[in-house]
Amino acid sequence: MTPAGTGPEKDVRRAEEHAPVEGVEREDTTASDTDLEPAGGSADVTAAEAGFGEGGRRRVLEVRRGMFGAASGADTSGYGRLQRAVEMPQPTSRPYGGWFDTVADEMAAVVPSGSVTGVVVHRGEVTFEVAREHLLAVARVLRDTPTLRFEHCASVSGVHFPTLEGAELHVVYHLQSMTHNRRIRLEVSCPESDPHVPSVVAVYPAADWHERETWDMFGVVFDGHPALTRVLMPDDWPGHPQRKDYPLGGIDIEYKGAVVAPPETRRSYS
Amino acid sequence: MSTVQDQHVDPFGAAGEPVEGRVYTASGQDWTDIADRQAERGDERIVVNMGPQHPSTHGVLRLVLEMEGESVLEARCGIGYLHTGIEKNMEVRNWTQGVTFCTRMDYLASLFQEVAYCLSVERLLGIEDQVPEKATVMRVLLMELNRISSHLVCIATGGMEIGALTVMTIGFRDREMILDAFELITGLRMNHAFIRPGGVANDLPDNAIAKLRDTVAWLKKHLPEYAAFCNENPIFKGRLEGVGHLDLTGCMALGITGPVLRSTGFDWDLRKKQPYCGYETYDFEVATWDTADAYGRFRVRQEEMWQSLRIVEQCIDRLEGMVGEPVMVADTKIAWPAQMSIGPDGMGNSHEHIKHIMGESMEALIHHFKLVTEGFRVPPGQAYVPVEHPRGELGAHLVSDGGTRPYRAHFRDPSFSNLQAMPIMCEGAMISDVVVAVASLDPVMGGVDR
Repeated sequence: MTPAGTGPEKDVRRAEEHAPVEGVEREDTTASDTDLEPAGGSADVTAAEAGFGEGGRRRVLEVRRGMFGAASGADTSGYGRLQRAVEMPQPTSRPYGGWFDTVADEMAAVVPSGSVTGVVVHRGEVTFEVAREHLLAVARVLRDTPTLRFEHCASVSGVHFPTLEGAELHVVYHLQSMTHNRRIRLEVSCPESDPHVPSVVAVYPAADWHERETWDMFGVVFDGHPALTRVLMPDDWPGHPQRKDYPLGGIDIEYKGAVVAPPETRRSYS
Repeated sequence: MSTVQDQHVDPFGAAGEPVEGRVYTASGQDWTDIADRQAERGDERIVVNMGPQHPSTHGVLRLVLEMEGESVLEARCGIGYLHTGIEKNMEVRNWTQGVTFCTRMDYLASLFQEVAYCLSVERLLGIEDQVPEKATVMRVLLMELNRISSHLVCIATGGMEIGALTVMTIGFRDREMILDAFELITGLRMNHAFIRPGGVANDLPDNAIAKLRDTVAWLKKHLPEYAAFCNENPIFKGRLEGVGHLDLTGCMALGITGPVLRSTGFDWDLRKKQPYCGYETYDFEVATWDTADAYGRFRVRQEEMWQSLRIVEQCIDRLEGMVGEPVMVADTKIAWPAQMSIGPDGMGNSHEHIKHIMGESMEALIHHFKLVTEGFRVPPGQAYVPVEHPRGELGAHLVSDGGTRPYRAHFRDPSFSNLQAMPIMCEGAMISDVVVAVASLDPVMGGVDR
């Protein structure tokens, strides 16, 4: 159990605060043979130099300790020494299965070398992790190559992983090929300190408002966007509300003397 | 009272921004004053802020129109007036509670958000094939009824905006019949939160089949009225034909889906192309039209209501033979204990459930308690599940970090994407056509702004 007062409360459950304790039994057996330190995202520079889909890094978000969301005080539950690594699905190696291999082969032939740094097949969906500097080129060949023809950019959304050092902000593109009836996902990451990703509006005009929303909510700057302004929040709004460190702004609710905390400050059972 | 401002200051420009020409603020004053001053100027270029409070902008949509006389030179959308932070809020509630939030996005088609969200959660849980057949049929039934009611509102409000008030009154009358059926099945007319990860909240009530048969009979009798009133009505056709034109190329570039895409003749419908919820087992056609204008979209929606009615009938037939089958996954670690029974006050807890957890099984009580306080855990990963919403492709992109709450929930709302086509549909047209073009896109601001 973490002794109270080792750091700011919001950081208590962050992985970097805790080195794995020797001899502790781990609940998650798949992660038990390697270290549990959070790894950087797929935008790792050395990984980008590998071939197509090679070098994807594991993404350990954090290491959770104990149970029932208890993060301070004495370990009365008896579960305090339990630790579990929270790991996003690992990069997959070939064969990916079905048409995923066909698309990967076609892509490998046309995308710039080193642009796809990882391939994740999970729950029947395929994700190509793309180095951000190659995103526009990859999007263009995905749309224009007749055998790929992903002509429809359905959605762009951001995800904020504050614990993935150097790859805190992720932008996820859902592309669809109506010609071949296929869907793929592209994932790009960038560090919070340099939140720049090239805009794909030149290739997919449909991404216009989606990128504006991602800028609005996550503060990702889409370089080359024709008019990157806020779209949902007021123009003069400070901050980017869907980042994990942005408070929800709830207030305590008092009822007959008892106080119900705003939802984001209540106990999390994760 | 005239409120012409200092002519060299633009109240809406940034500080220090140079002012081009004279600036008038035309609000709350005598229009003749403005007209007289404008007459001195010699041109007719004005900027009109249409909305966000305007009856024909479908909720709080703001259109910024640069006009030359009655012609629109440039059009831009201002959105965000109904942004309520639903996606952010979902991150601090458990997976089941998320349904209560996403149902409020596109409030005219709330069951579609629920289905897309639940399918996405089920994919992350890996229980897609464990959802009981009856729950899936009920989902399809509710979605198709919801599609009819959503199209009815679209046609009703679209008619009202061009002066066809009878279309509005009959549209809302018929929608009311569907909402009554929803109330019987889900307990609520709107914002149902009825579809839950793993199935649906409750089984059909005993009188549901009879009620649904009545509703179908009512719709079969009254849906032809829309065709009789509108299809060949010269005023209606005069207002809609050739208006809001957007061809297939434009639709593909702008990511437009739904009736707008199908009005170009492309039969893209996810229910056929990428079936989910067993749509491949239902007998129906995809409605298309070939004029790529507002009239074509009206006809596509009309035909889609008939096709949805066909699916609804097939669902009712199937449900008749499924009495007593489960409507929630068997895994009690996921199945939210929502069983209800109708008490004297309308609704209440199921006595069998209370008896089971309080009197018979300690484990059942523990499951109940854990599920209601903590919720269930969803393995880490991300999923994107698209469904065919009345307005196009609705996608639920969920990211889980293995916890009891969504790490990130994003909805690709079709109204949000489709609204990007407003400028290309309106620029160069008359202001009266803007109303028709926006109505043919059928944006619902609750979904656009989320």
